[in-house]
Amino acid sequence: MKLLTHIVKNEWKSLLRGKWVIGYGLIFLLLTDSLLRFGGGGAETLLSISNVMLLFIPLVGMIYGILYIYQSKEFVELLLTQPINRRVLYWGLYLGIATPLMSAFIIGAALPLAWHNILLLDGSSAALVLGLGGILTLIFVALGFVLGLFFYDDRIKGFGFTIVIWLFLAILYDGLILLMVFAFGNYPLDRFVIIVSMLNPIDLARILVMLEFDISALMGYTGAVFNRFFGSNLGILVSGGMLAIWLALPSWIGLRVFNKKDF
Amino acid sequence: MKTLIITIFLFLTLVSANFAQIVVSADGPISSLSEAIELADHGAHIVVESGTYRESQILITKKVTLTGVDLPVIDGNQSGNIFVVRADSVVIDGFKIQNTGRSYIRDYAAVLIEGVSDFEIKHNQIDNVFFGIYLAETKRGLVTNNTIHSYDLREASSGNGIYLWSVEDPVITHNTVSGMRDGIYLEFATNAQIYDNISNHNNRYGLHYMFSNGGRYDRNQLRQNGAGVAVMYSDDVDMTNNRFEHNWGSSAYGLLIKDIRNSTISGNRFYRNTVAIYSEGSTNVDIHGNDIELNGWAVNIKSNSARNRFTDNNFIENSLDVRTDSPRNNNFFDGNYWSHYEGYDLEGDGIGDVPYRPVSLFSMIIERQPESLILLRSMFIRLLDSAERIMPVLTPKTLMDENPKMQRISRIL
Repeated sequence: MKLLTHIVKNEWKSLLRGKWVIGYGLIFLLLTDSLLRFGGGGAETLLSISNVMLLFIPLVGMIYGILYIYQSKEFVELLLTQPINRRVLYWGLYLGIATPLMSAFIIGAALPLAWHNILLLDGSSAALVLGLGGILTLIFVALGFVLGLFFYDDRIKGFGFTIVIWLFLAILYDGLILLMVFAFGNYPLDRFVIIVSMLNPIDLARILVMLEFDISALMGYTGAVFNRFFGSNLGILVSGGMLAIWLALPSWIGLRVFNKKDF
Repeated sequence: MKTLIITIFLFLTLVSANFAQIVVSADGPISSLSEAIELADHGAHIVVESGTYRESQILITKKVTLTGVDLPVIDGNQSGNIFVVRADSVVIDGFKIQNTGRSYIRDYAAVLIEGVSDFEIKHNQIDNVFFGIYLAETKRGLVTNNTIHSYDLREASSGNGIYLWSVEDPVITHNTVSGMRDGIYLEFATNAQIYDNISNHNNRYGLHYMFSNGGRYDRNQLRQNGAGVAVMYSDDVDMTNNRFEHNWGSSAYGLLIKDIRNSTISGNRFYRNTVAIYSEGSTNVDIHGNDIELNGWAVNIKSNSARNRFTDNNFIENSLDVRTDSPRNNNFFDGNYWSHYEGYDLEGDGIGDVPYRPVSLFSMIIERQPESLILLRSMFIRLLDSAERIMPVLTPKTLMDENPKMQRISRIL
C-alpha cells in the first residue's frame, strides 16, 4: 500500500511538472466560465458541458493513456527490474495518471460552477455531470493503457486503433443503433435498444444525463418497457451498475496484460 | 309622533332581524346547522362554534351568512351533499367540510350552489369529498381561499375540486386543490376569473375548460397533474402568468389547447412537462412572452392549427423544440429565443442572421420510430440534425423563426 501511494505520488509530481494536466483543467475552466457568462442559465450550461464531456473526455483519456505507455517505456521497464510487485506497479501507474486527469476535469469545471452559484442551485445535476466526466476519464485512460500494452512496439497502430475506437463509440455506434431501429422497425425494439445502448460506456453516460435532464421527454413515449425502465429507479440502478462494470473491465484487462507481458 | 315611534320601532326590529345572530354549538340550545337555518330570518348571521356536526343535505333557501369559529367540522357521513345553496347572497366562511356521499349517478358535493347569484364561499377546508365546490347555473359569486383535497386515485371514480357548470362571471381565487379528478373544471362558464390558485396532483387536469368563453386565468400554479391543463372548444380566454410544471406522461401536457380561437397565452412558465404546449385545431392564438424550459417537447402543433403566433418566447433546453405532423406550416414563429440555435449575428443587433428551424430531423425520426428516443442528445443525431438544418429535405421548409434572438429574453417582473 505504501509503495502504491509512493508511485501515485511520484506520478502526480511529474505530471504537475509537465503542466499538461493543468492546461487541460484550464481549458475546462475557461469553457465552463464562458458558457456560463454567455450561454445563460444552469441547465443550459450543464448540458453544454455534458456534450463536450461525452465527446472529448473519451478521446483525451485514451490518447493520454496510450501516450503515457509509449513515453515512459524506459521508466516502466526500469521499474520492472526492481523487486516490485507488478500488480502494485500497474495500479500505481494507472491511478497516478488517471486521477490527476479526472481531478483536472472536475476541478476545472466545478470552479466556475461554484462561483456562478450553479453548484448550490443545481447541485445534483452538476454533481452528476462532473461525476460522469470523472468516471469516463477513468474508463478511457484504462482503455488507452490496454491499447498501449497491446501495441507496445507499434505506435502507429496503437494511435490508429485509439482514434477508430473513439470514433466508433462516440459517433458510429449510435448510427448503427438507428440503422437497426429502422431495419427492424416492425418488431418491438424497446428492450433491444436499451440493452444495446448499455454496452457502450459513452451511451451509458449519455443515458444518465438524459435521465437527469430529459425525463419528461422519455415519459412521452408509450412503450411499457421504456416507462418501467426510465420511470423508476431501475434505469439509474442498471445504468450505474453497467458503468461500474465498465469501470472495472478495462483496468482489469490492462492488469492481466501487464502481468503477463514479457517486456 | 306616534307614527314616528312606530316607524322607528318597526325599522329597529327590521334592522335587528337583519343582524340577528344565531349561535350554533354542539352543546348549546341550537346544535345543528339545519335547525339554525330553519330558525333564521332572511339575512341572518349564523355563527357556528367549533365542534363536530354530523349533518348532510344542509339546505339553505334564504339569504344567510354562515361563519365558523375555529374551523368547526361538518361531517357528511358519506351520504349526499353537505351544503346545498338555493338562495342568493349566501356566505359560507370558515368550515372544515368532509365526507360527502359518493355515487356513480349523482354528483355529491361538499358545497352545491344551484341557480343563484352573489354567494361567497371562503376559508373552508374541504376534505375527502366526491366533488368539492359545485356551481351550477350561478351568476357572479366568489370562491376564495378554500383548500380541497381528496384521496381517490382513479380518474373514473373521483370528482372535480371546483366544478363550474353553466355559470356567468364567477371569481375563483387563492384556492388549493389536490387529489381530485380535475382541479378546476369549467363547462359552459362565461367570463370566469381564475386567479392565484394552486392545483397540483390531480388525477386528470389541473384546470379544464370546456365550451367556456371569455375570462382569464392568471398566476395559477398547475403542477404534477395527470394530464396537465386543457382548454378546449373555448374562445377568447386569456392565460397569463401561470406556472405549468412537471406534468409527465404519454398523454400529459403542460397546456393542451384544442379547437380554441382568439386567445392569448402569455407570461407563463412551462417547466419540465412532457409536452409544454399541445395544439390541435386552434386558430388565432397569441403565444407570447412565455418561458418554456426543459420540457420534452416545447410545442406539438398539429397541422389543423392555423394562424397561431409564437413570439418573444424563451425556448430553453427543451429536449425537442417543435413537433408537427405535416410538411406545411400555417403558423407563425418570430423573434423567439431558442437555446439550440447555432447561428451567428454579424450586425450585432441581437437577432441571428440565419433563420432557426425548430423542427429537427430527429423529431421526425421519433415520429416514425419512437424507440429511437433513446438516442436523444447523441453526437450522431446532432450531426444528422445539423446537416438537415443546413439543407432541409424532410423537415417543414417554411416552419422557421426568421428573427431568432441571440440572447435569452429577460422578463421584467
